[in-house]
Amino acid sequence: MIEVENLHFRYPSGVEALKGVSLIIKKGEFVAIMGQNGAGKTTLVKHFNGLLKPSEGTVRVDGVETTKTSVAALSRNAGFVFQNPDHQLFSETVEEEISFALKNFGFDEETIEKRITWALNLLALAQYRKTSPFLLSGGERKRVALASVLAWNPETLILDEPTIGQDYQQKEKLRQFIVQMQTQGKTVVIVTHDVEFVAECNPRVLLMKDGGVVADGEGREILTTPEVLAQSSIVLPQIAQVFLKLESLGLPKDVIDVYEAKEIVLKNLEKRRK
Amino acid sequence: MSVFDGLKFRKVYSPIHNLDPRMKFVYVCAMFVAAIIFGELIPLIALFLMPIPFVVLAGVQKEWLRSLRGAAFLAGFIFIINVATSFFYSGNVLTAVDVENAAAMTLRFVVLVESFSVFFLTTSPDHLGLALEQSRVPYEFAFAFTTAVRFVPVLAEEAQTIMDAQKARGLELEKGGILKRIRNYVPILIPLIVSAIRRSLELAEAMESRAWGATKKRTNLYALRLRRGDFALLAITVGLLVVAVYVRLYVPIPAVTQFL
Ligand SMILES: Nc1ncnc2c1ncn2[C@@H]1O[C@H](COP(=O)(O)OP(=O)(O)OP(=O)(O)O)[C@@H](O)[C@H]1O
Ligand SMILES: [Mg+2]
Repeated sequence: MIEVENLHFRYPSGVEALKGVSLIIKKGEFVAIMGQNGAGKTTLVKHFNGLLKPSEGTVRVDGVETTKTSVAALSRNAGFVFQNPDHQLFSETVEEEISFALKNFGFDEETIEKRITWALNLLALAQYRKTSPFLLSGGERKRVALASVLAWNPETLILDEPTIGQDYQQKEKLRQFIVQMQTQGKTVVIVTHDVEFVAECNPRVLLMKDGGVVADGEGREILTTPEVLAQSSIVLPQIAQVFLKLESLGLPKDVIDVYEAKEIVLKNLEKRRK
Repeated sequence: MSVFDGLKFRKVYSPIHNLDPRMKFVYVCAMFVAAIIFGELIPLIALFLMPIPFVVLAGVQKEWLRSLRGAAFLAGFIFIINVATSFFYSGNVLTAVDVENAAAMTLRFVVLVESFSVFFLTTSPDHLGLALEQSRVPYEFAFAFTTAVRFVPVLAEEAQTIMDAQKARGLELEKGGILKRIRNYVPILIPLIVSAIRRSLELAEAMESRAWGATKKRTNLYALRLRRGDFALLAITVGLLVVAVYVRLYVPIPAVTQFL
């Protein structure tokens, strides 16, 4: 569980990136943090594993204040995948890259081997096991970065822009993986601009603007309210846009999922034909 | 990374900022020469104090102090090495003179850092490029140089992010013995270097696709001209050199320990 109370954060340069954020993320929740560039999303999630410490206010992870423990200790339970994979890749092979964190956390050889294979298969990277991560494409490098964190199977997963540069198939896999994490009772926090991805996952949505949270609620609700989204310069998901227009025909307004939309439209058309 | 902060240029206008970078560079070189020809503490203290009026006039005290603080670690290192060497050299005795010499060596380093820092703090990369071009340096080199200078703060910021990313994967920089600690920096240096190279290649491609170098003969909107302030600085520089050489040749320099 992550408890944030009246969190303020000022960068040394003087920019006040967070201006009093309070929220609670329960264990097993799936949260998407959205909002325009520079809203403070990355700054906020960096508090969840202690990389940044509050200038004011408190952040507690599983009851422990982040100021009272180390990043390494917090990271064991909260895996953080950064926005840009090039900020962490350094090994000669993909395999070694993934084993880096596992070694740091003191896993034994056998487990490391097993975890590497598991993570590689999960992210469709098995054929690159012995390749240098620097020779891979941008999307593939992003996946290596993901794999290197997923490998230690943390209780909480924090993903900063996980869908950037991923093709549709990989995105779908990522979604399925998040669902799978959910069923295992793990907490997932994603930071993203990808409205369609969020619409398909339907998580709890936290909308940020200028260092504060402007909306917090179910994705279905927030992503179908144009007035709220406009504050954070986010456009409605395409399905929501269509259903907003169809409201006058007696269809529900709060639909964001393609499959659900298909069902509703089909049923409605059938009814009309009869 | 605070060493880099001392090189970060912030756009302000002051008499020092407006000086011709070529003159400032000559001045920095003179400071270098002066710092090298003296090994005694007293003249080095004088050299250390000399740029302070410039710093105040330019209003960059905060940044200047930060760069000194950044250099403090290395300075401490130099001091300890010097003291230790003379300690073991003279058969495990330590005299006040040894300490003074070590302090002088350290201060020499600080003076070098200080003058460099003042130069970069008060010279915009654009000005610098212009100065190089007008000194007949081929544009390709001038451009490469200014770009490098401009990317220093970016690199420093990136180093911070990389450190964060590796800490999040359980890297503990302060763990282990000396060797292990040095090795701890590998996961930080490699991504830093690789992404710098990657960025420079991308920059080159992006620039070439926007027709960089298509016109052989370049003209500049601004041209640097020497003004009164620049001649004043030149006078100070020449004065500094003359005094330094004269003192070196004809004045016996007392050690601080003699006064104790
Ligand atoms: N290292 C830093 N030093 C100083 N200011 C920073 C730093 N990192 C971010 N900021 C500032 O803090 C604010 C919030 O930045 P943050 O990176 O959290 O935004 P974000 O919501 O993640 O944006 P994006 O969608 O572009 O990733 C911005 O105004 C940014 O300029
Ligand atoms: Mg961000």
